[in-house]
Amino acid sequence: MIRVNGADRPLPEDPRILLSDHLRHGLGLTGTHVGCEHGVCGCCTVLVGGRPVRACLLLAVQLDGQEVTTIEGLAPDAATLHPIQQAFHECHALQCGFCTPGFLLAVKGLLDDHPDPTESEIQEGISGNLCRCTGYANIRRAVRRAADLSRGAR
Amino acid sequence: MTTRWFGERVPRREDARLLRGAGRFTDDVGEQALEGCFVRSPYAHARVLTVDASAARRHPGVHAVYTARDLPFGERDLPLLIPHPALTHGRTQRCLAGSTVRYAGEAVAFVVADNRYVAEDAADLVEVEYEPLPVVWPLEAAAEARALVHDDVPGNVAAELTQESGDVDRALASASHRRRFRFRYERGAAAPLEARATWARWDAHEGRLTMYDSTQSPTSIRGGLAVLFGLPESSVEVIAPDVGGGFGPKIMLFYPDEILVPFAAMRLRRPVKWTEDRREHFTAVNHERGQVHEVEVGHDAEGRLLALDVDFINDAGAYTPYGIILPIITAGQIPGPYRVPSYRVRFRDLYTNATPTSPYRGAGRPHACFVMERTLDAIAADLGVAREEVRRRNLIQADQFPYDVGVAWQDGNRVVYDSGDYPGLLDKALHQLGPRPAGDHIGMGLGMYVEGTGVGPYEGAHVQVLVGGKVIASTALPTQGQAHATVFAQLVADQLGVAPDDVTVTTGDTRRFQWGVGTFASRAAVVAGNAMAVAAGMVAEKAKRIAAEHLEVDEADLELVGGQVRVKGSPDRGLPLAAVAVLSNPVRYAFGGGTEAATQFAPRPRPGPPLPAGEQPGLEATGYFSPTGSAWASGCHAAWVRVDPRTLRLEILRYVVVHDCGRVINPTVLEGQIQGGVAQGIGGAFYERLAYDAEAQLRNASFMEFLMPYATEIPDVVIDHQETPSPLNPLGVKGAGEAGVIPVGAVIASAVEEALGVSITEMPLSPLRLFELTRPPA
Amino acid sequence: MKPSPFRYHAPGSLEEAVGLLASLEDSKVLAGGQSLVPLLNFRLARPAHLVDINRLPGLDRIYERDGGVAVQALVRQADALRSATLGRLCPLVPEALQHVAHQVIRNRGTVVGSIAHADPAAELPAVLLALEGEVVARGPGGERRIAAGDFFRGVLESALEPDEIATEAWFPAFTGPHGLREESRRHGDYAMAGAVRAGARLALFGVAPTPVTADPEDPARDLQPSGDIEATPEFRKHLVAVLTQDLFAA
Repeated sequence: MIRVNGADRPLPEDPRILLSDHLRHGLGLTGTHVGCEHGVCGCCTVLVGGRPVRACLLLAVQLDGQEVTTIEGLAPDAATLHPIQQAFHECHALQCGFCTPGFLLAVKGLLDDHPDPTESEIQEGISGNLCRCTGYANIRRAVRRAADLSRGAR
Repeated sequence: MTTRWFGERVPRREDARLLRGAGRFTDDVGEQALEGCFVRSPYAHARVLTVDASAARRHPGVHAVYTARDLPFGERDLPLLIPHPALTHGRTQRCLAGSTVRYAGEAVAFVVADNRYVAEDAADLVEVEYEPLPVVWPLEAAAEARALVHDDVPGNVAAELTQESGDVDRALASASHRRRFRFRYERGAAAPLEARATWARWDAHEGRLTMYDSTQSPTSIRGGLAVLFGLPESSVEVIAPDVGGGFGPKIMLFYPDEILVPFAAMRLRRPVKWTEDRREHFTAVNHERGQVHEVEVGHDAEGRLLALDVDFINDAGAYTPYGIILPIITAGQIPGPYRVPSYRVRFRDLYTNATPTSPYRGAGRPHACFVMERTLDAIAADLGVAREEVRRRNLIQADQFPYDVGVAWQDGNRVVYDSGDYPGLLDKALHQLGPRPAGDHIGMGLGMYVEGTGVGPYEGAHVQVLVGGKVIASTALPTQGQAHATVFAQLVADQLGVAPDDVTVTTGDTRRFQWGVGTFASRAAVVAGNAMAVAAGMVAEKAKRIAAEHLEVDEADLELVGGQVRVKGSPDRGLPLAAVAVLSNPVRYAFGGGTEAATQFAPRPRPGPPLPAGEQPGLEATGYFSPTGSAWASGCHAAWVRVDPRTLRLEILRYVVVHDCGRVINPTVLEGQIQGGVAQGIGGAFYERLAYDAEAQLRNASFMEFLMPYATEIPDVVIDHQETPSPLNPLGVKGAGEAGVIPVGAVIASAVEEALGVSITEMPLSPLRLFELTRPPA
Repeated sequence: MKPSPFRYHAPGSLEEAVGLLASLEDSKVLAGGQSLVPLLNFRLARPAHLVDINRLPGLDRIYERDGGVAVQALVRQADALRSATLGRLCPLVPEALQHVAHQVIRNRGTVVGSIAHADPAAELPAVLLALEGEVVARGPGGERRIAAGDFFRGVLESALEPDEIATEAWFPAFTGPHGLREESRRHGDYAMAGAVRAGARLALFGVAPTPVTADPEDPARDLQPSGDIEATPEFRKHLVAVLTQDLFAA
């Protein structure tokens, strides 16, 4: 079994099914997106054991007994957004939204390690995710805002 | 109406679902669809001798394998979308290649299986025997025409067009200064993060085809499929759901899957889908931008342009489905914001054995801008005059509008600029740029452009106030991240006196709105935006008409504010819009929601039938906007750039954009478009390159080697506005979607030239290219 | 792009893993997967068997031995980057890791895996070479230690036999002058050329079929780098000179 967003879910039979495909089509969690299948674009980023990783570079069967958090598991509930999500909204850090789930989880990993990141830590933390729409400036702003929101600022 | 929302930084309505991963992109539709996979030619030019799909068909989990022979339309060429009299030798491909493939990546067979894994296994089993033919590549080789892409197209020339305004030969002959240049722009790729995807279901009971498609034109897909499959249009529904970036290549139609997926769905009586993978995206999806220009300019001792003579070749790729719009745009946009008393432009659109081309953000304008801006920079250098000064001396002045350039535009009219203040842009940009930073190997980049936006033929909108008081609006053109659901909600909200949060906008769904064109060429805000305002305005007028009867006042005394239709100056005398919606539909049965007020025994406002002649029930209206001509946006980019002389690395120290898209509906959305466009421009100027080898095989079909910029490569752009409203539409808006990308190549080239002291006449650049330019072989 | 079919094995012990590699025809080891899985997805690699070593117990430690630091097979690059032991005894390794791909890749990729993959443009093989470290390999016949100078044989080719697993990389302690400089097109990309300094020793990467040692005074001598889209041989040699100059300037 694989524990996805706190619930036990089955694994696929075929070992070659990528985690990205299993999440999307096996488990119906289509919030994780597929942009390249070679680990470069970051659209498929999920958390495994709390750390951001590329779902397209993992076989689903490798996650037996492990904890996976997808974008669907980031917000605390249906009425509330996670501070990172709120920050992205406030800062207009998304346009088409395709890269957004991957960025949100990568930023979660960044802020878990660096709750008060420097500019260079922000750049480093988001530099593994591609965005073709926004040109990144608002994403950088959103990360700063997310750090503030997470620390309780208003 | 209010003007409360126009110009406001309204936060986006579409964010919540996208942030939660609850967006619905085409591959998300699922529903146990079978999945397709293409077999594609590895050769750029070859005869297809045999295609043996027998082993593939036998593979477990395979439902069908189609080759050209298996298709009832297999011998039909795909549509040539934009015919033109000069396109004498237009050619389009077939759904699946017949006897010849003409670019590496051209589709040869289509496998449908239980899932993509199995489909790829089966695709590996399809055996195709090819006989390679001589390859026409690169573009210059196409011009030499030692080999032909199409046997019946002499010289590989699809089209040739010459246009002239003024008398170039005379002006050149009498010019005190003449220079010649050659500029080369390589083809590039848009590479949206969501590759293409199609999903289709055939409902045999209802005789209805439903398709989800990551397309920029659902209405065109619907129309084409109806024609191809002999179905009434009313039986074909096409929806562009959430789309992960378009940038141009998704306006191209028809890609083979757009026909094969619905065809398979109808044949197999199962939903079928196809989702492109990144590797095939690089060759299966259209490119743009390959051009080589020979330029001669004549000018006076002050640097004022007297004549410009341009002869260019355009890389069409292997087919011309999109006609010759791209070179027409380039030809029309070369003069830019400058006065060119005599201008002649000739182009030849040439076939090459590479992926066909169609618009990519900028669509012909980046090259045009590059040609003009590099020419002006060269004149400045020759005369020892500052680059900005040469521009000032040539800019069209604010009192010269409308300004007829004298050549054709892509809407069939001439290039006529409607409004602008070009000197103002330049001054603002230089002011924002600020002084030269300290340090070595620093250069200033400068680039100005105009952009014809808001092209027709039209768009429409439907707006309706529901009995609950909420407003719905829809338009046919789709969305790929441009915040249409927010921007259009602002326009409707202003007309109806409600808040944008009360307005839900649907785009790109032929079930909701079936008449329209598409999202491309920076036209949505102008054309669909104005249609929204027209339709909402009609609803407002109807609301006042109905309310006036019930309140027994004059329509002219009413206004729509705060969700009410109320008497001006007497805010307590009015009706909620929701109530007006109820009253607009006389009912027999009061089924709730306040409908008692509209039944037959309720007080009647006027004599006559419950539904007056010529009136329709419902507080709704459908309106259209059809522009008479393009609205011309403009801008100036300026930058300080440093090039490390040892590593040849590019550092952008400051990048400024001052741009003019007329009146701005939502500044936050606009700035996001510009920042994103500049990022794509930087990518195209210095990082991305389609690396073809001599056999026209793409060597870097992956994100590992096609280098799209990350955050570390893109600075924050300083953005400033200027507004010269367009007189050509009621809202006074101009388009902005492509503005960020158009002059970036010219700006980077200009800066690098100064930083390194070498002449830059080509795009793209890279550290390697700069190394070669600064260290010529011994 | 989906992998072609394979049989998947997740052994629970090193002996079992080695036994599988020895007995199965056409098998590959799956560790971090950040290099292998893209190859599977592109169908550039089509092994009949995958042996997933991620469940092997007791192989995720960083520990001191023999005057250096041992990094076991399942240590993720992200953990090595943060390791106090490496930071204290061999800071060149964490410094090099900052240049390896991106954080999200490092969360999964392993130090030993990167070395065993033997990509000539990768940082860690060159670091191992500059430090004169070694790789510990376990095969059916037992364990052997392979010096860095003998380990890298060619492009993506190491001295590991098909039935061997690299269980540990050992880096000699070194706190003298050190550094890594590379020139890549984007942040985190494979380098067009790179240089690693450990004291007076210089190792280069991205400029030969394997990482190579070089003379800091004339680093490009005898180099015959390959050419590709982003860099010609001449440009690589030029970059090597620039990077070496920067490394030894201090």
